[in-house]
Amino acid sequence: MEIKTTQFKHCDVVKVTGRVDSATSPRLAEEFAKINDDGRYKIVMDFSDLEFISSAGLRVLISTLKNCRRYNRGDLVLAGMPENIHSVFDLAGFTSIFKIYDDVLSAVGSY
Amino acid sequence: MSTRIFPGRYESLAEVAEFVRFEAKEAGLSFKEVFELETAVDEAVSNIIEHAYGGEGIGEIICTTTPVEDGILIILEDHGQPFDPSCVPVPDINTHLKNRKNHGLGYFLMCQLMDDVRFEFTNNHNKLTLFKQHR
Repeated sequence: MEIKTTQFKHCDVVKVTGRVDSATSPRLAEEFAKINDDGRYKIVMDFSDLEFISSAGLRVLISTLKNCRRYNRGDLVLAGMPENIHSVFDLAGFTSIFKIYDDVLSAVGSY
Repeated sequence: MSTRIFPGRYESLAEVAEFVRFEAKEAGLSFKEVFELETAVDEAVSNIIEHAYGGEGIGEIICTTTPVEDGILIILEDHGQPFDPSCVPVPDINTHLKNRKNHGLGYFLMCQLMDDVRFEFTNNHNKLTLFKQHR
């Protein structure tokens, strides 16, 4: 798994490539925590090159989402989600919880 | 039938996935079915490491794949503590975000994505059989 974070004026874009599973999800949690610790709570996660995400990764997303939305200070929105991953999100009931955009541009524009 | 033995570490997950993907494609599963199988197997192996062995580096996981007429069977064996799926609470996937508890989500996904999930426990030996049918 590779993580690349780009800081924009209104939000941070976190692009994750490869697999998010029990081995790699702690690193993703650390990356989100680092952004939140810097006082930034508006995040876009770019899924376009994500191959796989397990429930360990989904747990990281949920806890980050809760932290970002606290006090109405921000959000974690998702962009460019491949169809097979979208199906797993749907099954887990996550499509009604997260805002999911077709691409990063629309997601960044939502802030 | 193919068998591979993996160390019970989270780092093994990517290798297990690669092995299962290859065997599932050979068995004629579609791209979507292969992905669903990969997700279920990942959850199963993670559960073995976390719950049966109680941590990484304790024991190994034996993975056997068997192509059958209408799909593929995946058997995962370990020598950890028995993992009783009836103890896993079913997550309420329709609840509000603040009440959302995500423990049990892996097992829930595994059952939803597979056509059959079976656990067998004998002396110091756990056997999980997953079946994925191709359409």
